[in-house]
Amino acid sequence: MNDPTATHDSPATTRTPLMELDDLQVTFGRRVILKGLTATLSGASVGLLGPNGAGKTTLLHTLLGFHPASRGRARVLGLDVARQVVAIRACTGYMPENDAFVAGTSAVRLTTMLGELAGLGYRAALERAHEALTWAGLGEARYRPIGTYSLGMRQMTKLAQAVVAGPKLLILDEPTNGMDPPVRQRMINLIKEVRDSGATRIILSSHLLKDVEECCDEAIILKDGEVASTCNLEAERRTNKKFLELEVEGDSEPLVAMARERGCECATSAGGRLKMILPEGVEIRDLYVVAARHDIQIRRLSSKRDSLQEIFLKAMEAGNGRLPA
Amino acid sequence: MAVYRRRYQAFDGGLASRGARALVFTRYAFRELLASRLFVLFFAMCFAAPLVGAAIIYLRFNPLGLKALQTTVNQLIPIDGNFFLRFLIIQTSLGSFLAAIIGPGLVAPDLANNALPLYLSRPVGRSDYIAGKLAVLVGVMSILTWIPIMLLFALQSGLAGWSWFAANLRIAVGIMSCSALWIAVVSLLTLAVAAWVRWRPIATLSVFGYFFVSAAIGTLINETLDATWGGVFNLAKLMRFLWTDFFAIPQLEDALPTGVSLAAIAVTCLVFLAMLVRRVRAYEVVRS
Repeated sequence: MNDPTATHDSPATTRTPLMELDDLQVTFGRRVILKGLTATLSGASVGLLGPNGAGKTTLLHTLLGFHPASRGRARVLGLDVARQVVAIRACTGYMPENDAFVAGTSAVRLTTMLGELAGLGYRAALERAHEALTWAGLGEARYRPIGTYSLGMRQMTKLAQAVVAGPKLLILDEPTNGMDPPVRQRMINLIKEVRDSGATRIILSSHLLKDVEECCDEAIILKDGEVASTCNLEAERRTNKKFLELEVEGDSEPLVAMARERGCECATSAGGRLKMILPEGVEIRDLYVVAARHDIQIRRLSSKRDSLQEIFLKAMEAGNGRLPA
Repeated sequence: MAVYRRRYQAFDGGLASRGARALVFTRYAFRELLASRLFVLFFAMCFAAPLVGAAIIYLRFNPLGLKALQTTVNQLIPIDGNFFLRFLIIQTSLGSFLAAIIGPGLVAPDLANNALPLYLSRPVGRSDYIAGKLAVLVGVMSILTWIPIMLLFALQSGLAGWSWFAANLRIAVGIMSCSALWIAVVSLLTLAVAAWVRWRPIATLSVFGYFFVSAAIGTLINETLDATWGGVFNLAKLMRFLWTDFFAIPQLEDALPTGVSLAAIAVTCLVFLAMLVRRVRAYEVVRS
């Protein structure tokens, strides 16, 4: 029998904010873990950044209804965490940070069971479990007890069980923990594939900036249980693509003149070093054309890449946990 | 979609109801139990006593059988409250033993391996998890206790006639209610202990230990204070008081009133349930 309230038609379009926090406070005993978080994030994939103990995992657990909020409220995909937690879980796949499995159980069995718990029928769950585990690269190892797996294989199993029911929202808590570089890259590629499918939105918690930078288009940075910063990585990327640093050999004046003529902001310094912000409609190729025409050698050209790192460091340095204006 | 298609695909089919999801825990646990040959063998052997009971009842109404065995009706055990109580005690003892063996295996591995966050991040609650696991023990113990004894009662009623059934209806009520109480208290005890101990062998030993320790505490209180209320701590004795009452058998000397026994068992069940609920959480919070 189908449950009309728990179908995959839950509100998960990219128009709906992924996560809305309104003065959210969570306390454990007398210890305040999340201190009045307020933010709205609407990206297809949102990164949750912060150092250890910042409250990332507690926030994820609160969104899943594991910890009640002592004040304020949170909404996930437009659903209220306090009142609609079952509906949230019905459209969510969760990959926990720590090892979470039953040692004597094979990955197929566990994933099938979890698929059934998510609401799939037995046949659908079994089929999806095989698909998800094969997709995650476990191959024939999926029939082995999970207790015999390496750390990387366990992480992949956790990812497979999270996506087995084809959730609208995927919550990943430190997915690349303890992975060697090739396996980490594979994990990142899989996450990107889920994101690019357009059917699933992602909340990714990590203390690794690179993971968030590669997979997310929005980020929220936590520090000591407070929102230190939020940033739209997609917009940053677009901006950064237009921010160039050049080093040229020869007279750079024609290049600077052309750039200014076409609306570029341009600053020159000694040694043929230039900094430019290209406006819409001006491409890097145009610079090369002008340089070739005036016999100017462009020896180095780089666009700014480490924006998230800068934002993160600024957020961490700010004494009160807030970014300086 | 075939397995070899390795691209990520979202699922767009329908989902099952919440009730069906709660039964997933029960189904998987039963499947695991039935995969154990040792369990199946022991489980089958547990029906030896009811079969003997059925043979006795059958013999009482079969003159040819009695003649063949060269015995008379008077030499056979009389079919009364005591007869059914004896079989009920045998079956509940076997059921309790089996519950102590299989009960810890239902929750201890999940808690020890941190599997609860995986389960509880699905659209199922802690109550679904507990109900699903309890259903396994209730199912196994029901098959061992009240179902075979009620079949014996039905066999006797069928052979002896309506008048015997009407006169002994109290026995049927006793079988059902005593079994239900015992199943509830033993199921909750085994799951609660397993949830706290988290190690199967130790949890099993702890369940057995509980009966000895509770009996010792009850006896100690009664002996030192020259009282009878120490019996409220002795689970086995409490059930004994209720059994004799329900089956209209003369009570023991130090028997507690039925209401007190029922209240003590209800409180014990609530304590075990509270212990279980406290442990069955996705994450434990260390408070300061």
